[in-house]
Amino acid sequence: MNNESTNNKSPNNKIVLSNVSKSFGNNHVLNGLSLNVPTGKSMVVIGGSGTGKSVMLKCILGLLDADSGSILIDGKESVGSDTKTRSKFMKKFGMLFQGGALFDSLRIWENVAFGLVHGQGMNKKQAREIAIEKIRAVGLSPDVAELFPAEMSGGMQKRVSLARAVATAPEIIFFDEPTTGLDPIMADVINDLIVDQVKDLGATALSITHDMASVRKIADYVAMIFEGRIIWTGPVEDLDHSGSEYVEQFIHGRADGPVTRSVA
Amino acid sequence: MKTIQTNSLIEAPLDFFNKIGATFLNFLAAVGRLVNFMIHSVKHCFLPPFYPSQLIRQLTDIGYYSLPVVGMTALFTGMVLALQSYTGFTRFNAESAIAGVVVLSITRELSPVLAGLMVAGRVGAAIAAEIGTMRVTEQIDALRTLSVNPYKYLIAPRVLAATFMLPILVLIGDIIGVYGGYVVSIHSLGFSAGSYLTQTWDIITRMDVVSGLWKAAVFGFIVSIMGCYHGFNSARGAQGVGAATTNAVVSSSILILIFNYLLTQIFFS
Repeated sequence: MNNESTNNKSPNNKIVLSNVSKSFGNNHVLNGLSLNVPTGKSMVVIGGSGTGKSVMLKCILGLLDADSGSILIDGKESVGSDTKTRSKFMKKFGMLFQGGALFDSLRIWENVAFGLVHGQGMNKKQAREIAIEKIRAVGLSPDVAELFPAEMSGGMQKRVSLARAVATAPEIIFFDEPTTGLDPIMADVINDLIVDQVKDLGATALSITHDMASVRKIADYVAMIFEGRIIWTGPVEDLDHSGSEYVEQFIHGRADGPVTRSVA
Repeated sequence: MKTIQTNSLIEAPLDFFNKIGATFLNFLAAVGRLVNFMIHSVKHCFLPPFYPSQLIRQLTDIGYYSLPVVGMTALFTGMVLALQSYTGFTRFNAESAIAGVVVLSITRELSPVLAGLMVAGRVGAAIAAEIGTMRVTEQIDALRTLSVNPYKYLIAPRVLAATFMLPILVLIGDIIGVYGGYVVSIHSLGFSAGSYLTQTWDIITRMDVVSGLWKAAVFGFIVSIMGCYHGFNSARGAQGVGAATTNAVVSSSILILIFNYLLTQIFFS
């Protein structure tokens, strides 16, 4: 296991997870998961379906309460924190959901401006201008601003969702399977946009995916999750010589290997 | 062999009681979750920030768009009530009581209960389906990540709108229902318009109308809370949203009937 880049004593870690556990009844999804995300870097967590990636993300976001362990955000404890502290953390976050999660009763610009208007109390006119600017930044025409999400394709919805995630200029952006369900070209476009937007904002990014093309494009660091624990982490350059047979099997998409043997 | 038989004789009733116990505990847990949800929802109705645009949208959806269905229900209920009362009362030469029976039945019971049930079918189902879909497509999680409390943005406007609009719908339903009875009595049963209206006016009291409006407010609250609760806790997938919608309508309909009895006891016992 390579922990060189992510020493949790370092003040340069934006997010530090230590021994985080989460169970649903008898289903132990996270089993003492530890992970450090360096400030201003893009960390991508890879792993198969059902290994706990989404649950980990939801625990960091505060959408689920971890059963035990510690989640530090900018050095402040998130697990068991009160509503006020949670709300302060939320203001630092932006999130791109797997399915986009656009509000289908609102127009595109209202979706993008939602966090500005309702989360930050900005007036609608100013928020609309920023929304249009963000819509343009993700490669869409400002004409789409008046459309409803149902009138757009999946790829366009993902772009809008990205625009919404970055509209409030968050310090930390989470990406949940950003390229799932997209064709390879559109997936690459989204990957480029993610890299550009994260760089422009100087934000810290934490993504979960099993799309290896996406990993190689957007990651500075990669971690692999298996059975609710991080089993390998290191810089993206080390991914192809990780020394972990689990990582090897996953990145080459082989049917036979330790991952499938464990599941069987 | 004997020991095995004795064990199974003891275990069978134990299993039965275990199941009863588990069901009862699950029921208590579900009631606890519902009460907790209700307290949270009511609290957020009165704590800022408020979302007036959401409230206006819900007032329109729940109130204005329910008007045709509530109006039609009240109209035909009033008409049928007059016809049935006439059929029964002519046997006792009590036709003059029809106006009183129509107005009291409509204002005290039929208008609030039928409006409540119709709104449960129309609005309760729509609330559960909309919020349930938002749950399964992660839109509720998205609200949270955008620093917006879903109780304030989604639940509070619906609860306030339903609690406020159902009494207005019932008041309109009272007028339409009584008018339905009047039309049938005058045009089909040969009553005189003046005496019918005089009898109606003489028998009705303020309490008859007010009790119906209080009932309507409670029914509106029940419909919105059950719709929001089942939608908010919807399971994944289309089946989960479908089940949430069904549960919202069934539970709010049953609660409306139970609370109708309890409120009638309070107002008229």
